[in-house]
Amino acid sequence: MSTLLLVGTRKGLFLARPATPSYPSAPSRPGADRWQVEGPLLGTDEVPAVGVVPGAPDAEGPPRLLAGVRSEHWGPTVARSDDLGATWQETDHGSIRFPPDTGAALARVWQLQADPARPGVVYAGCEPTSLWRSADAGVTFELVRGLWDHPHRPRWAPGFGGAAVHTVVTDADDGARVLVAMSTGGVYRTHDGGESWSPSNRGISAYFLPDPQPEFGQCVHKVAADAAGPQRLYAQNHHGVYRSDDGGTDWTSIAAGLPSDFGFVMLAHPRRPGVAWVVPLEADARRVPPGGRLRVYRTEDAGESWKECAAGLPDGAWTVVLRDAATVVDRGPDESALVAFGTRDGCVYASTDDGDTFEQVAAHLPDVLGVRGVHLPSGAA
Amino acid sequence: MTAPAGGSGGVAGVDGAGVVELRLPGLLADDAGGRPVHHVDAARVRTVADLLDAVGAGWPRLDRRLRDETGVLRRHVNVFVGPDDVRWAQGLATPVRAGDVVLVLPSVAGG
Repeated sequence: MSTLLLVGTRKGLFLARPATPSYPSAPSRPGADRWQVEGPLLGTDEVPAVGVVPGAPDAEGPPRLLAGVRSEHWGPTVARSDDLGATWQETDHGSIRFPPDTGAALARVWQLQADPARPGVVYAGCEPTSLWRSADAGVTFELVRGLWDHPHRPRWAPGFGGAAVHTVVTDADDGARVLVAMSTGGVYRTHDGGESWSPSNRGISAYFLPDPQPEFGQCVHKVAADAAGPQRLYAQNHHGVYRSDDGGTDWTSIAAGLPSDFGFVMLAHPRRPGVAWVVPLEADARRVPPGGRLRVYRTEDAGESWKECAAGLPDGAWTVVLRDAATVVDRGPDESALVAFGTRDGCVYASTDDGDTFEQVAAHLPDVLGVRGVHLPSGAA
Repeated sequence: MTAPAGGSGGVAGVDGAGVVELRLPGLLADDAGGRPVHHVDAARVRTVADLLDAVGAGWPRLDRRLRDETGVLRRHVNVFVGPDDVRWAQGLATPVRAGDVVLVLPSVAGG
C-alpha cells in the first residue's frame, strides 16, 4: 500500500509519494530517502484547494484528483486528473460558473470536499462566499441556492484572505445534513439538503465584535468531525478551540492545555474517536508558532487534554500552517493514519504514528496552501 | 464561425467585407484549437465584445480565460485594438472594423 500526497501551493501543484526504485529520490535532505516529490504541475498558478474523489470516475480505477487553480491572468478553474496527476482536464465552460441572475463571478475555489458516503458527490466552497454541489465527481457543480440566498449573506464579512466557504463537513448517515464554515460568518448547518441553513455558533466567541456571542459573525477557521460520528465536532476558531457533542448546536472550549487558542488547523482521526490535532500560533496579532517552535498538539480524549508533538519538527520556524494545508489520510484498519501538513515556507511534514514523530517530506516549495492525500494499492502511486 | 488562421488585414470575409483579426498570446493557443490567430467576418462584429463572443462561442475555455462569467474582462488581461488599450477607450464596447488587429496581452504582473 502507498500514499499519494497532493500539495497545492502558491505556485503550482506538487505530488509526493514514498520513493521506490522507479521513483528514486534525491538524497540531499532529511526525509528524501523516503519521499519523491514531483512538480510543479498545473503551470505555476496558485492551487489553493486540492481534493480526492474515491470511486470516481469508476470504482475499479484510481481515484479522481481535483485541484482548484487560480491564475492571476486567466482566472480560477477546477482541474481534474483520472490518472493520479499524469494528465489534467478541465470542463470547457468551467466546472463552477455563477448563474447570470447572481451577478457574481467566481474568484477562487477554497475547498473541494468529496462526500465519502455518496459516490460522485463533491462539494466546493468558493469565494465569493458560496457552496456548490457536484453529482458527477467534480465535472460540473451547481450553486447551493439556499445558502447563497440566505438573508445573513450581506453581513458575512471577508477575512484577511477573502470571503469564502472554506469548510464542508458531510454526514455519513444522512446526505441531507451538511455543515459549512466561513470566515467571517461562522458555522451554518442544513438538515434538508441545502434548502435551508441555520447559524450554529452558540458558545463560539467573536471577541472582535461588540457582542462577543452573536448568532453569527464568528471567525471559525476550521471544523472537523470526530471518528465517532458527526455529532461530535471540533473547531479551531479565531482565538478559541471548541468541541460540540450535539452536531454543532452548542460548543464548549477545549483550549485548556494548549499554548495558544489561535491557529487555523483542525484535524480529526478518521478511525479513533476522541483523537484530533491542532497547530497553534501565538495570537491573532502574532501569527507565528509560539516561540518559533513549530509544533502539533494532539488530544486523545476529545480535547480534555493535549500532548505536544515535537519530534521531527523544527525550532526557529517563524512560519504558518494554513487551514487546509493539513490533512489526515485514512490508510485502512490495519495501518495507522498518515498526518501531513505544509507550511508557508514550503516545507511538508508527515507522521505515521499519529504525530509522535514527523519526517520532512519536502522543503523549499512555494507557500503551501492545501494538502490532501489518498491511500492506494501497492504500485498504484 | 472563425475563418482559418492566416495573415492580418486584407483577408476577405464570407460576404467580402473583410475580417477582424484576433491575436492571442501563445499561452492561450491550446485553448483555441492550437491557433493563436483567428479571423472573424467584420460584418458579424461591431465591438470587441462581439469579437470575443464570436471566437469564444467556439472555444469556451478561451472565453473564460479572458472574461469572467459576468462578461467582465479579467483584471490582468489587456486588449488592444491596433495600438490602443480598450480600457482607455470604450472597454469591450470599443468598435472594431474590417482590417483591425485585436491583440490580447497578459499584464506584466506577479511575483
